[in-house]
Amino acid sequence: MFGKLTLDALPLYSAIAAGGAAVTVGGALLVFIVITWLGAWKYLWTEWFTSVDHKRIGVMYIVLALIMLLRGFVDAIMMRAQQAMALNSGGYLPPEHFDQIFSSHGTIMIFFMAMPFMTGLLNIAVPLQIGTRDVAFPFLNSLSLWLSAAGAGLVMASLVIGKFSTAGWTGYPPYSGIEYSPGVGVDYWIWALLISGIGSTLTGINFVVTILKRRAPGMTLMRMTPFTWTALCTSVLMIFAFPALTVACGMLALDRLLGMHFFTNELGGNMMNYANLFWIWGHPEVYILILPAFGVFSEVVATFCKKRLFGYESLVYATAAIAILSFTVWLHHFFTMGSSASVNAFFGITTMVIAVPTGVKVFNWLLTMYRGRITFHPSMLWTVGFIVTFVIGGMTGVLLAMPPADFLMHNTTFLVAHFHNMIIPGVLFGYLAGYMYWFPKAFGFRMNEPWGIAAFWFWIVGFYLAFMPLYVLGFMGMPRRMEQYNDPTWQPWLIAASMGAVLILIGIGCLVVQLAVSIRDRRKTLDVTGDPYDGRTLEWATASPPPPYNFAVLPQVRDREPLLDMKERGVAWQRPRAYEDIEIPKNSAVGVVMGGLAFVLGFAMVWQIWWLVIACGLAMWVALAFRASDDESEFRLSAAEVARIEDARYRAMGIRT
Amino acid sequence: MNANVTAVPAHDEPEGAGVHEQRALGFWLYLMSDAAIFALLFMTYGIMVGNTAGGPSGKALFNLNNAALETALLLVSSTTFGFASLASKGGSRSAVLSWLLVTFVLGAGFIFLEIREFLGMIRAGAGPDRSGFLSAFFTLVGTHGTHVSFGLVWILILGGQVLFKGLTVPVTSRLFRLGLFWHFLDIAWVGIFSVVYLPGLL
Repeated sequence: MFGKLTLDALPLYSAIAAGGAAVTVGGALLVFIVITWLGAWKYLWTEWFTSVDHKRIGVMYIVLALIMLLRGFVDAIMMRAQQAMALNSGGYLPPEHFDQIFSSHGTIMIFFMAMPFMTGLLNIAVPLQIGTRDVAFPFLNSLSLWLSAAGAGLVMASLVIGKFSTAGWTGYPPYSGIEYSPGVGVDYWIWALLISGIGSTLTGINFVVTILKRRAPGMTLMRMTPFTWTALCTSVLMIFAFPALTVACGMLALDRLLGMHFFTNELGGNMMNYANLFWIWGHPEVYILILPAFGVFSEVVATFCKKRLFGYESLVYATAAIAILSFTVWLHHFFTMGSSASVNAFFGITTMVIAVPTGVKVFNWLLTMYRGRITFHPSMLWTVGFIVTFVIGGMTGVLLAMPPADFLMHNTTFLVAHFHNMIIPGVLFGYLAGYMYWFPKAFGFRMNEPWGIAAFWFWIVGFYLAFMPLYVLGFMGMPRRMEQYNDPTWQPWLIAASMGAVLILIGIGCLVVQLAVSIRDRRKTLDVTGDPYDGRTLEWATASPPPPYNFAVLPQVRDREPLLDMKERGVAWQRPRAYEDIEIPKNSAVGVVMGGLAFVLGFAMVWQIWWLVIACGLAMWVALAFRASDDESEFRLSAAEVARIEDARYRAMGIRT
Repeated sequence: MNANVTAVPAHDEPEGAGVHEQRALGFWLYLMSDAAIFALLFMTYGIMVGNTAGGPSGKALFNLNNAALETALLLVSSTTFGFASLASKGGSRSAVLSWLLVTFVLGAGFIFLEIREFLGMIRAGAGPDRSGFLSAFFTLVGTHGTHVSFGLVWILILGGQVLFKGLTVPVTSRLFRLGLFWHFLDIAWVGIFSVVYLPGLL
């Protein structure tokens, strides 16, 4: 009846695991009670969960990302505490629990923090920046969101029911095969990735079509904002890279479930194929995450330096070059696997080559700042902090690109330091900059700046303190993922790193306080104009938060910085003579229902509850067929209603209507 | 209105004509993504074809007549789907339904032959858990077969729409995308025939 699921699945094997489960369940229960107490379920369901509005979907993605950031960070600080303590002793975490923690930390941070954060920013900003009323496929957008949430839900469920994978976030066989990992942990990992991966592929398709087909009149490709360019390149990468993850995880699942031999040690398995497949997705994934952050920096730097971005075209070509080259470097993740020297040399050279367009971008930002009139908004601080820190990470990357050097550093903490040095400034700082930059656009009031600045300083100092010691430890030969060790010279560095994690914890606390304070003060910081920073691009031309249709009349674009162009010609925010009816997509419950079914399907696959798998599969087909037969997915907002909404905004801005 | 108009009023249905075009592009992109999946499955088959682990190889297992019959059924079904598309342009609902029915029968025949082949191999002790080669074979060919099966369900759903809604603009637009999917599966099969069955037997 319940497959492999029995009462033994409860995490009673250790007090810490039981505590983690209790916090998860307690947190979920608390949220449930608060929402019920506020009587907000109906509001959330009709206005948010079933919404197909890209702005609301974007907000929900970022809420998911911030929750998962907290979860992923708890994992991180637990690891740092363990390693600070575990000299000649077991620390406080048993090995199997420690292994679960580093596996879930990587999985969560990449798939359920960074990916939703990125997709959320794309959703909020891209349609507004290209002057369209919605993405090409609003319903698919909702489906993508709920598939991502279903995957995140599976990882959270593994805290409470059963155990998570101990095979690391990359899940290398043969260790992740059924012979060495007979439990359900790897299955949780596989199904979380497969389900959210489908969501990411659909997001990629959605945004490529949106950007190619729905730009406002006059917006040629070379008039798109840099963020939209990076979004386009990232979306293309998502379409072509995620299939490799699907194939790798799918084959691993077949090995585990049906006893196949793709990656086993025996009967003709080839585990090196897994490393190739995984990283054919994995390296483009780095750029899927990082390119949109580059886009955010490009927007922020132009806005807060009051200058046109320096070398726009070179930045666009650099972005496209990175996107293409990202498919040619994957083997540098496993130089030590034993390819021939010529193969390693090829991938070493392509890896160094990809640093060139990235370097071009650094000069784009620096030269935009040069002689600019810089305002140190928190977003600008994240940008400057990124530039400095990312260059260091880039240089250690070029160092690792040399196969002989890589042989020495492979799987040491030097590598851990390197990729955190790329991803924390290059991805997270970028997303936090974007979060603080577009927050007023999404909610209609500004974020508190002092707390944002405090968050930045704690984060960046904490980052250096947490990860620079890991470079040193890497040179001292410390392997990654050690639960305990017996070399006393390592411990001071590990204690320093754990102090860094504490500073980052304070930084996260500042982010939470910033959000709370911003909401408390929202009436004082209202963004009436929709243009809080004297912006240059189209998202600032509409109201904050934008009406459901974004633009009452589609803007006519004549320049790369359309709003600035309109302001200079004195024609910004002019009330048109007349409005017309606007078609708006209707909300749909199918997306959230499919997400819920996908979660149950994944759970049933993990525990091999076959009747439930079949029931969920059939229900998903019915939901899909129902949706695919719906010809009336839009409703018409009357011109009078549009005029009422618009006139209210003009009155608030003090413009006569 | 001011001479410096910054914005043109939206036309009655600004996206009306573009919706079909956008969906077609989106579907093409989905097919490209799916093609990447097939490419990786072909690649995996290519590196595992020799990993028979002492078990049977393709030469012992494949039956050219069966593969040729499967190919014939699928290629003809692509043609009959083409007739359904032509009939939808002509606006003849009954012709569309008849051609869809013929396509469905041919596709179902293909699936029948494939399942029979799979079951025969499994009974002979050459199932997907026998060797890396057989894992790769069953996964590549089975993924294609799963796609064809989804296509069959989809033909039924769209047949129902043609029957009950008629050849409306949304329905013909969906028919167009189903056609892309069906022809794509044909191309994937030509790859399977040329990479799996022919070299396995020659």
